[in-house]
Amino acid sequence: MAIDCLVLGAGQEVGKSCVVVTINGKRIMFDCGMHLGYVDHRRYPDFSRISASRDYNNALSCIIITHFHLDHIGALPYFTEICGYNGPIYMTYPTMALAPITLEDYRKVMVDRRGEAEQFTNDHIMECLKKVVPVDLKQTIQVDEDLQIRAYYAGHVLGAAMFYAKVGDAAMVYTGDYNMTPDRHLGAAQIDRMQLDLLITESTYATTIRDSKYAREREFLKAVHNCLASGGKVLIPTFALGRAQELCVLLDDYWERMNLKFPIYVSAGLTVQANMYYKMLISWTSQKVKETYTTRNAFDFKNVQKFDRSMIDAPGPCVLFATPGMISSGFSLEVFKRWAPSKLNLITLPGYCVAGTVGHKLMSGKPTKIDLDKDTQIDVQCQVHQLAFSPHTDSKGIMDLVKFLSPKHVILVHGEKPKMAVLKERIHSELGIPCHDPANNETVSISSTLSIKAEASSMFIQSCSTPNFKFLKRNLIDKIDPDLKDLSYKAVRTSNMLIRECSNPHFKHLNRNLDAKFDSSLSCGPELQVSDDRVNEGILVMENGKKTKALHQDELLLLLGEQEHEVRFAHCRPIYFGSLDEIHVKDSLSRKSLWLSQLSFKLSTELSDRNVQNLGEYLQVESITLSICSKENCPYRTTNRIENESTAMVFCCCSWLVADEILAWKIISILEKHDLGST
Amino acid sequence: MEFTCLSKGGCFYLPPCHMLNVCGFRIQFDCPVDFSALPIFSPVPSDLDVLSDKELSSHLGHGSLDLDNVSEETEKPLDVGSLIKAEPCYKIIKNLWNPSFTNIVLISSPMGMLGLPFLTREKGFSAKIYATEATARLGKIMMDDLIAMHMEVKQFYGSEDDAISQWMGQEDLKLLHHKLREVTFGQNRADLSGWMPLYSAADVKDCMQKVETLRYGEETCYNGALVIKAFSSGLEIGSCNWTINCPKRDIAYISSSIFFSSNSMEFDYLALQMETIIYSDFSSLEFMNDVENDTRVPLIDNNLQPLGKEETLANLLSNAAETVEESEKLYFICSCAIQSVESGGSVLIPINRLGVNLQLLEQISASLDYSNLKVPIYFISSVAEELLTFVNAIPEWLCRRRQQKLFSGEPMFTFVELLKENKLHVVPAIHSPKLLINWQEPCIVFCPHWSLRLGPVVHLLRRWCGDPSSLLVLEKGLDVELALLPFKPMSMKVLQCSFQSGIKLEKVRPLLKVLQPKVVVLPENLSRLIDTNTESFTVFSYSEGKSLRVPNLKDSSELEIASDSAMSFCWRKLHQGNINITRLKGELSLNYGKFKLLSENTEVAMYQRPLIHWGQPNLENLLTVLSKMGIEGSVQQEMSDASNNVRVIHIHGLTTGLIEIQESRTIISVVDRTLSAQIFNALDSVLDGV
Repeated sequence: MAIDCLVLGAGQEVGKSCVVVTINGKRIMFDCGMHLGYVDHRRYPDFSRISASRDYNNALSCIIITHFHLDHIGALPYFTEICGYNGPIYMTYPTMALAPITLEDYRKVMVDRRGEAEQFTNDHIMECLKKVVPVDLKQTIQVDEDLQIRAYYAGHVLGAAMFYAKVGDAAMVYTGDYNMTPDRHLGAAQIDRMQLDLLITESTYATTIRDSKYAREREFLKAVHNCLASGGKVLIPTFALGRAQELCVLLDDYWERMNLKFPIYVSAGLTVQANMYYKMLISWTSQKVKETYTTRNAFDFKNVQKFDRSMIDAPGPCVLFATPGMISSGFSLEVFKRWAPSKLNLITLPGYCVAGTVGHKLMSGKPTKIDLDKDTQIDVQCQVHQLAFSPHTDSKGIMDLVKFLSPKHVILVHGEKPKMAVLKERIHSELGIPCHDPANNETVSISSTLSIKAEASSMFIQSCSTPNFKFLKRNLIDKIDPDLKDLSYKAVRTSNMLIRECSNPHFKHLNRNLDAKFDSSLSCGPELQVSDDRVNEGILVMENGKKTKALHQDELLLLLGEQEHEVRFAHCRPIYFGSLDEIHVKDSLSRKSLWLSQLSFKLSTELSDRNVQNLGEYLQVESITLSICSKENCPYRTTNRIENESTAMVFCCCSWLVADEILAWKIISILEKHDLGST
Repeated sequence: MEFTCLSKGGCFYLPPCHMLNVCGFRIQFDCPVDFSALPIFSPVPSDLDVLSDKELSSHLGHGSLDLDNVSEETEKPLDVGSLIKAEPCYKIIKNLWNPSFTNIVLISSPMGMLGLPFLTREKGFSAKIYATEATARLGKIMMDDLIAMHMEVKQFYGSEDDAISQWMGQEDLKLLHHKLREVTFGQNRADLSGWMPLYSAADVKDCMQKVETLRYGEETCYNGALVIKAFSSGLEIGSCNWTINCPKRDIAYISSSIFFSSNSMEFDYLALQMETIIYSDFSSLEFMNDVENDTRVPLIDNNLQPLGKEETLANLLSNAAETVEESEKLYFICSCAIQSVESGGSVLIPINRLGVNLQLLEQISASLDYSNLKVPIYFISSVAEELLTFVNAIPEWLCRRRQQKLFSGEPMFTFVELLKENKLHVVPAIHSPKLLINWQEPCIVFCPHWSLRLGPVVHLLRRWCGDPSSLLVLEKGLDVELALLPFKPMSMKVLQCSFQSGIKLEKVRPLLKVLQPKVVVLPENLSRLIDTNTESFTVFSYSEGKSLRVPNLKDSSELEIASDSAMSFCWRKLHQGNINITRLKGELSLNYGKFKLLSENTEVAMYQRPLIHWGQPNLENLLTVLSKMGIEGSVQQEMSDASNNVRVIHIHGLTTGLIEIQESRTIISVVDRTLSAQIFNALDSVLDGV
């Protein structure tokens, strides 16, 4: 079976995240984002590649949205309302609550301020969100009989989640955007260790390794404080949600500590309303924020006020949060135009800006002039501070996650091509995992796990799971006496952990330490060998038209209704027991037992790792039996020649099963040596 | 599987408690406290009737004063003096086993959690406790509140350790009024070992650390063998039903559940489609004693007869009649409350049901607005503020209607607005300065504890019990006679009502039809109402204190074999035709209730010679195969022993040997090792083997 992964967006770029994955016949769309850097058809993923006939309802099993950022959800209303997708859509509770705000904000910016023809209306957004099924973290959702999905905390923004999807035996994780270090208000990403065929991970910071967060926060606060102290204004362009709240928490806290009185404004009612959502969704924030919220909600800001448009040109220092984040349009651009020309003012930029936005231009070099369009040019004199903390994981975090999950394949998305290539190489060489970084509209096919299902009988399971300890001694001639066996059994039970932890569970030495510790009376020589020989063996029976069965060997014949037919090997060969004179025992019976015990002694010494049992009539080692043959004409006798009349010669009949063939031949050679040694 | 019902519970506040033994693990369901016996204790006396020292030290009222007169005939009527004046103890469910034998404790609701610290502080307790996140949090809040309320009584009586159990002395017990004795011991005069002094805050903290929290639908795996999941039951915020999957059995445990809930997430019954169902909702039987005689008729309503189509069943379950009934009840309470307030009386609502309180809060404030009454509402409890903050921040645990409010940008509960508008005052205690400043009568007060022995309700009841225009709202199931004893004479109006606490009797059958189980474990009383002959499942009925064995449904478990190890198998087709067979090797692992056979990477799979054979070797075929191998043999003609049908093939050539074929075995006797291996292969090819 294969997993096909069609990258419709965020392939070797950042923007319009959209990956369509086909696993065992199920098709899942992960994210449905838009590209903020384009205004033409390139802003949406090329949905026609999913289904030529545009029958999306049959082509897709479900859509999963990881978080509310536009580059992950922006195209969703378009896809559902214009393209007509009606199937299920899954996202977390906060994403579902906050998505309409981001979408509506964007729509307004597009229509009201840029004067574009609208791609979708407010009603479209509302209709679209009605189709959404909210999910909780770690909740296993059965999308249909075969498809299972589960969300894990991603820490990128409020409600951001990584999604696990499983169909049959094939399983994968799509990370969306995530952060492996906790920030002011969100926790770090968390996921269980699972068997995965595929991991699709973001790679925004494919090659960057970030240092301590606190140093960077201090830097930011210092820059803001300095600017305000010298009478400047600080513009913080952010998206309405996420970064704005984190910085508000940071500034509010700093204001309290430093007893500052400068006003902090948030533009319009947007962020204020967002803060209300944050209060209701506080259980999705970090542990620290969560623990304190009954006494004081961290999103009840003391120093934050609403901003009025008329205050843009008001004198005096202040801090202003304005949307959108990359100064691509809207209010933040409006304020930027007014404040940029003054040297006193400070503009902070987010860690990442999409190409084509003002933010991107400010980041690349130190421009003094920015051409907005053909007619507008902005004079840029202000200071620019780039926020060095980002809610994305750095390359170490990506590597850690990949290593932790150890999937069979990795696909990188949401990053810059050259950096992704470097990371891809690292994952391949350091972790030995095949890694891909497909471009947009490319498909990657990987093989997936397939397992055979069988009905296992209780006897089989029991034989596999019951410990089957064996005690083998070194330099110990007699059989282990039952008491001793009991004691050592106890010792093993207690040291069970030790044995289990070792990589090879089948054969372990119980070292001196343990001997000394558990029983000094275990005077059985320097080493007692213990093996936990679990019989992880059985028989698989496949009958046409019936379920495959896994059985214990003993059950097989019963199932087949057959009689066993044993195949044995047999030999009857002479052994020499020294000279006849040495034998004083005349009684044939006691002579026989003397010979047997001599043989037993010999074999025990030679085969120290086997248990040679003297059962009176015969000796037994595994399935091999040895007895003194007194028949005149044994059919298995290999030779009747008697080489040396002067020595006592007896015939020894041995018989064995094929399983012990090697051992049997070894014993035979020992017997041969025996007679050589005695002559 | 073995199931033992330790207690069938009593009411909403006392959920049932069971022990289940499955796959070798012992699972306890819920660990409640039986508060129904709490009214045998006297509430903290008010300032006016301070007890004399003598009376206090004797603990028991009348009885100890005139010992000689006590005899059964001349027992005085039950009055306030009969109540035990001591620090109260709490009755817990008796475990029949040593608590250290328990592997898992599953908590279905906050009420089922209140006895947990008693259990976790037991020596040797090491079980894993699972509860939903919301249940754990609400349970903790309720335990904190209980400790805070108990502290008031404890401080009054002083905290000598021995004083706690003094009333338990045999002598004193004999002096108890017979009615109290009945409540204390129950009908069968059980011993007092179920009575415990209350746990401490440290016990609670310790207990909470042992609780593992889950979300609805989250999978957790115990010891590789059991997969445990919680699904919403709708009874209370965070309350749940359980599914337990182990290799041989899939079990759903249904606790008291409500299909339509106005706060908590709806009853997720479709997730409970399991082979075995343990039905533990006793709510429909709660008041059955009244109607016992006429419910002997099996539960077959006419409208249930044509059952079968999923749709009609689903409709029946989603029939909202019960919601209407519930809201009518609430509406009635509201109208009574308004009447009282209008006539200048206050309303006291000591109900410890979060869901009911939230709804009453909403409806009463709406009714007040409607009637244009400016009457303050107080919520007095040490945990009131925490409780309200908590419920307003857990959309994942609420019903769809509340969630919808979040998605459309409104607060999920109206109390947020009420607090802002100063219509609702939330205070930790009756003596809080905030309350004293704002206190206004008439008013509406929500406060614990429903037993009327602990908490702010005691003081407020003393204040208003003589006021005929005031109203006390109680829940059905409480022994009103006993509960109101210390507040006599009562002029206050008392409204006692029952709230929905589980699945209605008429929905039991449709529910089971939808779930399609093979085995249902039902309470005895309920199983009597179900005609087992017409159902597609087998019914096992249980009663309190008895263990019930439920046989296994299947003998085999599912095994997954990794494809890479499957690739290396050498299949062998049997002579009889369509059966293929192979030896299986690998490492067996049990994870998430599933057996998997992983390939042993240390060993390279090789062709292995068959170890077991069956069938009869055909002599001619064997000779043909042998001659193809270049081995010549001849069948020994004379039968030495005609009786046991032994045939012998002599091998000729450089080395000689023989093959002796008996009825059920063949013996190869050749000196040369290679030759004997060859002969074995030849024999193998004419036999079936693996």
